[in-house]
Amino acid sequence: MPTVEIRFSPLPAHVRTARLMAVAVARRSHVDDSALDEVRLAVGEACTRAVRLHQRHAPSVPVLMVLNDDDGSFAIDVVDEGPYDAAPAEDGPELFLELESVAVEPDELSDGLPSGVVLAVISGLVDTVTVSPGPGRGTRVHMQWPAGPRAADTLTMEEHQLEYDLPV
Amino acid sequence: MDLSLSTRTEGDATVVVVGGEIDVYTAPKLREQLIDLVSSGNYHLVVDMEGVDFLDSTGLGVLVGGLKRVRAHDGSLRLVCSQERILKIFRITGLTKVFPIHTSVEEALSATD
Repeated sequence: MPTVEIRFSPLPAHVRTARLMAVAVARRSHVDDSALDEVRLAVGEACTRAVRLHQRHAPSVPVLMVLNDDDGSFAIDVVDEGPYDAAPAEDGPELFLELESVAVEPDELSDGLPSGVVLAVISGLVDTVTVSPGPGRGTRVHMQWPAGPRAADTLTMEEHQLEYDLPV
Repeated sequence: MDLSLSTRTEGDATVVVVGGEIDVYTAPKLREQLIDLVSSGNYHLVVDMEGVDFLDSTGLGVLVGGLKRVRAHDGSLRLVCSQERILKIFRITGLTKVFPIHTSVEEALSATD
């Protein structure tokens, strides 16, 4: 059962909110402190990717992030509604090594990195990551970290599900 | 935390001091700053990132864009960063081989490579 779900309008400003929430829940799920920076960066990359795709293909549809704390692991799913595109993540970092020799228009580069790099960054940060078709037409990016035992207060409570809808 | 930016001139170079979070929301501000500097003839830039708490691939894209712009004028873009958590994303993406990264502004200003 999901612990926390957040749906947010595809606006860059909300990506920070999603990061803060993911780290707060990860901390609560006893993800090791040394991994929290990775959680923050990885979830930020996944949400940024989703926001970009939505802005291009589904601007009125919110991005979904699901934070799941279960069985000694903490998982984040970021689900978008852009066209499914699972570029081979491992190709990403190599692109940079070629930057010096590739003639790219400055404007092209300044507006973002080559596609596939974001997924490559996530793969570099997270040991367990899968990219698969989402429930809709988009992509589900699933990231997972080891987590400690559940906090005592959550053991006595029924599984709860929160849903936040941020203002557009 | 939002992004903070300030610039100062040190000899031939312009030092851009960046603080806060560089992400998809704030990166356009940094991009505009770098474009303004290059447009007004500042081709040797030192970006001091010691006060940066967070940097994602959008921020990296802006820095790479800045590098491309100064190189078009035979300029340079050096980074100052000693924080492991920020350096990590440069390593993952292979950008440590693209940017000269220094541990202090003084070191960046005196570098000649």
